[in-house]
Amino acid sequence: MLAIGVGSALGGLARVLTGVVCVEVLAWPLPVATAWVNFSGAFLIGLVHVLTLPEARYAAGVRLRQGLLAGFFGGYTTFSILSAETLALLEAGALVAGGVHMIGSSALALLGVALGHGLGLRLNASRK
Amino acid sequence: MIDLSPPTIVSVLLGSALGGMARFAVSEWVARSLRETFPWGTLLVNVTGALTLGMLLGWVFRAPAAQFAGAYAFGVLGFLGSYTTVSSFALQSLFLVQERRGGAAFGYAVLSIAGCLTAVAAGFRLGGLFG
Repeated sequence: MLAIGVGSALGGLARVLTGVVCVEVLAWPLPVATAWVNFSGAFLIGLVHVLTLPEARYAAGVRLRQGLLAGFFGGYTTFSILSAETLALLEAGALVAGGVHMIGSSALALLGVALGHGLGLRLNASRK
Repeated sequence: MIDLSPPTIVSVLLGSALGGMARFAVSEWVARSLRETFPWGTLLVNVTGALTLGMLLGWVFRAPAAQFAGAYAFGVLGFLGSYTTVSSFALQSLFLVQERRGGAAFGYAVLSIAGCLTAVAAGFRLGGLFG
């Protein structure tokens, strides 16, 4: 539980800092920053899940894995903020943008986790 | 957008820590209670998180966010932002597909998206009644 708390704290902060960089430095619209956070988080959870399996390249104990996977990436990514941004778009009449944001972000996350997972498998295999 | 002062950062860290632990507690409780073979726990967490965020936005945070900087950083960016998760949703969906349960994976995506969107809208309407 403590590992989850620490991981999630850092993940949440990472999410906010990433958002600030995307919006303030890269001048992205906020929803794009959220989509990026969710995509990168999904990619990384897929990758790290595979790389930290007991038989893998960077095998990690249960607590560390929980702290990373459920903790950090769980805190880093967010469905609630994604949903709220979609609602704001829909309420402002931007129906297509809202639909694209909600469904597109989710689809990108699913693509991301598959890519990260695949890369992890490749990296695991390459050490043999 | 957001002013990254030390109090704001501490609020985000604290809120995120609690949000993540709450997510873990709820999803684990659901998983154990149902002996789950489908990620109902994460689905519940995401939908309740969206509902709560909708309510807060409709009730407490209607005015410009700057007025509530600390509370917003703690409750929204921190707690609710970390309570809900897309990464677990994605990884669980991948596992379902790998288990040759593509239909369940599709259903999970539909329930998550429709559920969260409905919840945040309903929450916003509900919150507005109090605000």
